[in-house]
Amino acid sequence: MRRFSLFNAVSLTLGFAFLYLPIVLLVIYSFNAGRSVAVWGGWSTQWYGSVFKNGQLLDAAWITLQVGFLSASVATVLGTMAAIALARHGSFVGRTVFSGMVYAPLVMPEVITGLSMLLLFVSINVDRGFWTIVLAHITFTMCFVAVVVQSRLASFDRSIEEAALDLGCTPFMTFFRITLPLILPAVISGWLLAFTLSLDDFVIASFTTGPGATTLPMKIYSDVRLGVKPEINAVCSMMIAVVTVIVIISSIMTKRQEVERERAERMAATTP
Amino acid sequence: MTSPTKNRPPSNKRWIVTAIPYVWMLFFFLVPFFIVLKISFSSSMIAQPPYVPVFDPFGDAWSETLEKLGTLTTDNYLRLVQDSIYVSSYLSSLWIAGSSTVMMLFLAYPIAYGMARAPKSWRATLVMLIILPFWTSFLIRVYAWISILSEEGLLNTLLTSFGLIDEPIQILSTNTAVYIGILYSYLPFMVLPLYSALEKMDDSLIEAAKDLGCTNIQAFWRVTFPLSIPGIIAGCFLVFIPAVGEFVIPDLLGGSETVMIGKTMWEEFFNNRDWPAASGVAIVLLVVLMIPIIIFQTSQARQQEAGR
Repeated sequence: MRRFSLFNAVSLTLGFAFLYLPIVLLVIYSFNAGRSVAVWGGWSTQWYGSVFKNGQLLDAAWITLQVGFLSASVATVLGTMAAIALARHGSFVGRTVFSGMVYAPLVMPEVITGLSMLLLFVSINVDRGFWTIVLAHITFTMCFVAVVVQSRLASFDRSIEEAALDLGCTPFMTFFRITLPLILPAVISGWLLAFTLSLDDFVIASFTTGPGATTLPMKIYSDVRLGVKPEINAVCSMMIAVVTVIVIISSIMTKRQEVERERAERMAATTP
Repeated sequence: MTSPTKNRPPSNKRWIVTAIPYVWMLFFFLVPFFIVLKISFSSSMIAQPPYVPVFDPFGDAWSETLEKLGTLTTDNYLRLVQDSIYVSSYLSSLWIAGSSTVMMLFLAYPIAYGMARAPKSWRATLVMLIILPFWTSFLIRVYAWISILSEEGLLNTLLTSFGLIDEPIQILSTNTAVYIGILYSYLPFMVLPLYSALEKMDDSLIEAAKDLGCTNIQAFWRVTFPLSIPGIIAGCFLVFIPAVGEFVIPDLLGGSETVMIGKTMWEEFFNNRDWPAASGVAIVLLVVLMIPIIIFQTSQARQQEAGR
C-alpha cells in the first residue's frame, strides 16, 4: 500500500500555499477600502463599482468575450477534426508535418507565434483588428483542443465504431451517432480550454490587433504599467471567478462521465 | 435490413477531415514562418509596411522580382552577432530558463510525489487544484506578484513588522523576481507530467525493492526516480521552451538588469518599429529552440502512439 507520509503532507501544503496565496491576496485586496494594495484600510466593494462605471474596461471585456466565443467555437471544430485525423486515419501523406504543426504551438514562445501571424496578415493586406485576433486565437487554441480530444479518442474502444460501419453506417453517420456522443465531454472541455486561453491571451492579441480592438488583458497590461490599483484587482478577481466556474463545470462533467462509464462497464460485466 | 449498397468500405471522403485542419495550419502556422524568414532578410524602412522589398506575386514582372531579390540582405543577422545586446539576451534567456527549470524540478517533484501518494479519492481534486491556476490568466498571476514583491508590498511590510529587516529590500525589478515569476507561472507544467508518471507506477515494485533489503531512500532512487524520468523530460521541455521566449514576466517583474530575448524582440518590434530586426531575432530564437522542440514533439507523438 502507498503510505501518505508527513513529508508528503508538508510538501503538498507548502506547494498549494505557494500556488494559491498570491491569488487569494489579490482577491482580498480587491475589497480594500484604501487605494493601497499593501495597507489594509477596511472592507469595501467600491472598486467593483468603479469597474462597472469604467466604459473602456467594459468595452474591452465585451470584445474579449466575443473573441473568446467565436475563436473557441471554430477551434473546437478544427481541433476535433485534427484529433480524428491523428488518432484514426493511420498514416497519411505529410502526417509528420501535420502532427508537428499540431504539437508545436503548445510550446512555441508566444512572441514568435504572435509576430509570425502579424506578418502573415500584413503581407496578405488584411486590415488588422477584431477578426485578425479571432483568426490567431483559432490557430493556437485548436492545438490544445486537438490534444484534449485525441487523448479521449485514444482511450475508447474502436470496435464500436467498426461495428457501426459493418452494420451499414456511413463514416459520417458513425461519427455523429457513435464517436461524437462518446467524446463529447472531451470536446466540451476542449471548448472551455480554448475559451479561457483566448480570454487570457495578451501577447498574441497585442501583435495581431489593430486600431479599435483592445482586449481585456491588453487593457489590464497598459493599466499595470501605470501602477497597481485596487480597480485592476477587482477586474482580475472577476476574471478568476469566471475561470473558476468554468473549471469546476468541466471537472464535474469529466467526473460524471467517468462514473457513468464505470456503471456501464459493471452492467456489461454482470449481464449474462 | 439496410440496403447492401450502403455496405461499402470506409475511405471515400475521409480525407476532408484531415485536409481542413491541415490546410488551416499550413496557412496560419507554417507559411507565416517563411514570411518571417523572408522579412528577416529585408531592410527596415519608414513606410507602410515598414520594410523593403515588398513582393507582389501578381503585379511584379519577372525582372522586378529578380531585382527585389537582389536587395535582400543579411544585415539583420550580422547585427545580431555584432551587437552584444542580442548575444547577451540569448545567453541570459537560456541561462534564466535553464536554471529555473532545474529549480522547478526540485520544487515540483515533492508536490507531484505527494499527489501520487495521496489517497485515491483526493487525487482528482488535487489535480484540479494544480490545473486551476493554469487556466487563470498569466498576466493576472504575474500581476499578483507585483503587489507582493514591491517596496511597499506585502512581503516587505511583513518582514519589517517582524523586525527581520530594517528597511525594505528591493525584489521587484530584479532577476530574483523574474525567477519567482517563472517558478510560479510554470509550476503546473512540471507537476502534471511528473504526477502522471508517478501515479501510473506499480506499488508492488517498491514492496519488492524493500523485501530485497532496500531502505526507503534506496527504493526511491533505484525504483521510483528512474520510472519517473519520462515525466521529468516532458516537464522540463514544457517549462524550458516557453520560458526562453518569455515576455510578460521579465517585462513586468524584471528590471533594467533583466535582458531576455522575448523582451528584446518585443522592444525591437513595438518601440523601434524595426520589423526586419525583430524577425531576425525570432528566426534565431526558433533555430536555438528547434532541437528541444523536435525532441518534445517526437516524445509526445511516441506517447500518443503507445496510448493507442
